[in-house]
Amino acid sequence: MSDMSAPLPGTDYEHSTSLGLSNNKLAMWTFIGSECLFFGALISTYLIYVGRTNEGPTPAGIYDIPFTSVSTFILLMSSLGMVLALAAIQAGEMRKFRTWILATGLMGATFLAGQFYEFTVFAAEEFNLTTSPFSSSFFVLTGFHGLHVALGILMLLAMWTASMMGRLPQQLHTTVENIGLYWHFVDIVWIIIFTVVYLIPAAPTAPPGG
Amino acid sequence: MAETEYDKEHTHPGVGQYVEIGIILAVMTLLEVILFESFDRGFSTQVGIPALIILTILKFMLVVLWFMHLRFDHKLFRRLFFVGVALALLVFGIVGANFYLGPQPGF
Repeated sequence: MSDMSAPLPGTDYEHSTSLGLSNNKLAMWTFIGSECLFFGALISTYLIYVGRTNEGPTPAGIYDIPFTSVSTFILLMSSLGMVLALAAIQAGEMRKFRTWILATGLMGATFLAGQFYEFTVFAAEEFNLTTSPFSSSFFVLTGFHGLHVALGILMLLAMWTASMMGRLPQQLHTTVENIGLYWHFVDIVWIIIFTVVYLIPAAPTAPPGG
Repeated sequence: MAETEYDKEHTHPGVGQYVEIGIILAVMTLLEVILFESFDRGFSTQVGIPALIILTILKFMLVVLWFMHLRFDHKLFRRLFFVGVALALLVFGIVGANFYLGPQPGF
């Protein structure tokens, strides 16, 4: 029986780079830097249009803050799950790694399910993409964030599957770290969205949004 | 994916520290919700909203510095990320200034 944790043919874990840094990690940080601009533009657009409701629902009238708070807590805890998965693979504890990766993916899926539920409730209250500039900017921003969460879940599931098949040995922990960076980025974007998109505009005397 | 000499040398926080950060993040989120709910009970938004923003920045920094390891990682990664954040803030400033100071769109 072959050793399932042995490097795949042609895989070189030890090669050096000109900067002494992992090229993949460098690429991931560059990607994350560019994503900051992407979400920065979407959040700016939301803040500009949050006051333009076209006599439709307002943030204070439509948001369910207790429900979103629970979703936020779940996504934050998924970040904890991600770092615990990384710590597990770095320690060579593959069973624990798979457990935490699966738990992280499940928490992400729970968050997405909550977002889907929220969107269906909004649709029932005639608050949709075309209701007003406020609704358009809200759905585009949170929809793109949800898309990022969905992609993250796919990557987590791919890692879990690869590990189950013995194709993600301990030596490839930098792969887990890089996907973890993406997952944490999705989390920090939501940290900002929760306050800037949900809490502040829904506060009783919210500042004017344009 | 290649593991370089740098990757082998730099250290990450331990499990205990990760759990501590997770608990702090959960408590801060709870504080945000309590602050928000206190607005209905007459708590000043002039104090509460800046407090919410400060809590958000602290949560952001905790995740970035500890969970994303920027506190322990190479400075080049820090630069790449914070240049992105700075450009995002610049976009926000320019768009905001253009919107509030320039001609209003006809919605």
